[in-house]
Amino acid sequence: MAIKDITLGQYFPGESPVHRLDPRTKIIGTFVFLISLFLVDRFLGFALAGSFLMALILSSGVPFRFLFRGLKPILFLIVFTMLINLFMTSGTELVRLGPLAVTEEGLYRATFMALRLVLLIFGSSLLTLVTKPITLTDGMERLMSPFNRVGLPSHELAMMMTIALRFIPTLLDETDKIMKAQTARGADFESGNLFRRAKGLIPLLVPLFVSAFRIAADLAMAMESRCYRGGQGRTRMNGMAFGRRDALAAGVLVLYAAGTLYLRSWIG
Amino acid sequence: MRIEVKDLTHIYSEGMPFETVAIRQVNFTVEPGSFVGLIGHTGSGKSTLIQHLNGLLKPVEGSVLADGVDVCEKSEASRNVRRKIGLVFQYPEYQLFEETVLKDVCFGPKNLGLSQDVCEERSFHALNLVGLDAEGVKDRSPFSLSGGEKRRVAIAGVLAMDPEVLILDEPTAGLDPKGHNDVLEMIQNIRRSRELTIILVSHNMDDIARLADHVLVMEDGALVMEGSPKSIFAQEEKLRDLGLAVPSATALMQRLARQGYPVRTDILTAAEAEEEIIRIFG
Repeated sequence: MAIKDITLGQYFPGESPVHRLDPRTKIIGTFVFLISLFLVDRFLGFALAGSFLMALILSSGVPFRFLFRGLKPILFLIVFTMLINLFMTSGTELVRLGPLAVTEEGLYRATFMALRLVLLIFGSSLLTLVTKPITLTDGMERLMSPFNRVGLPSHELAMMMTIALRFIPTLLDETDKIMKAQTARGADFESGNLFRRAKGLIPLLVPLFVSAFRIAADLAMAMESRCYRGGQGRTRMNGMAFGRRDALAAGVLVLYAAGTLYLRSWIG
Repeated sequence: MRIEVKDLTHIYSEGMPFETVAIRQVNFTVEPGSFVGLIGHTGSGKSTLIQHLNGLLKPVEGSVLADGVDVCEKSEASRNVRRKIGLVFQYPEYQLFEETVLKDVCFGPKNLGLSQDVCEERSFHALNLVGLDAEGVKDRSPFSLSGGEKRRVAIAGVLAMDPEVLILDEPTAGLDPKGHNDVLEMIQNIRRSRELTIILVSHNMDDIARLADHVLVMEDGALVMEGSPKSIFAQEEKLRDLGLAVPSATALMQRLARQGYPVRTDILTAAEAEEEIIRIFG
């Protein structure tokens, strides 16, 4: 019943070179990687993407089981895509199961799609595994700031995201506490039919909302008393700066992108 | 009800990089009818420990037995035993949720499957016991009460379940001196009117000295000292090493003794100290 064990933002603490990259480098890099996966049109391309990602994962020190954890929720989608591709592609027949036939082309496409999906998930999970959620939103704010001129409130968006992320653990803590307190009074959150369970949530939700409003009011007060008035003219304590490491990463990224394009157009 | 804690160990986030050992190899027994004070500085594992006593947390190793029944089992016997161990959390007022005070206090007894009449009768009794005017507050919204009153209502909510063991986790936290004294008096009242075992978690050594007849001291998840208040508070230096203190009356007597006055130092409360000072100087 330990609600606290749910990982959110799933950051894996570390001091690896990948962890220490500027968040903007990591966000752009992830984008380039994800786009590259859609440009790949042969297995050799996936071999390049796979080894690039593998090198990143190994140097980040994140254990593989954390990456596989991100795979779990979409396992169904992957299997489903594979099956559809496996049976619905016409071509040279390999095996026949009643009305369904597995074709050579089907097998090829199914593997191809599955590889693409797995690499997509691994690539995007790696970003959140090696970047603190707050750093990530800071990076996004900076990347979005050019759009301020066309009226995108990038600072406000990032601040909202930051606050939401910051208070997820607090609210989970609060939920855990209230749940325990009500359980100690004999409340039962785990049995009964849907209706009874929904009704059983009232002793949890009412105090939780009261808490959430109290926390929000306190936070608003604390921000105002420190003269917060939006993003205009606001400076930061830890300014973001691209360093030598980021230049190196950019170089590697360009090489990788060039490799992907090369494999797509000119071989075979 | 006798509670036996045997080789209790608890680890948070086991197998994760953030894994922390919150409780290590703790052993103690709470005798029926005793008043146990549990002290230790913030983060020493007190709150984690008491959550094991009625099965809210499951031990990673070891067990908690109440009258010989493991409180973590799924059996009927285990559930019945858990119901007799009432736990009042820190800031219990944040658990209030009903429209009226009476309904909120009735929540616990109702979950025990009692009839409406019995629930209300018990709730009335519990509200009076915590020092509220039951008739006056029963129809008010719990959210309209003052902080101290809310806390009493929440404590009444646990008392209405008629526990044999009452565990209070820092019941005076965040209260003003009057609220603080009121809650302490309330605890003494409860103890006088019912055959209860009480476990009190507190940072306030004066409170522990005044109320407890057995003291447990925790440090970094382990039980480091155990004994009568007199024997515990006689070891001022050891307590100070643990980031704790002795009751102010004891501290005063120890200082007088250091300056050469022939006073007894095994004194715990202001009243005792007064007597002793009069004996020496009067």
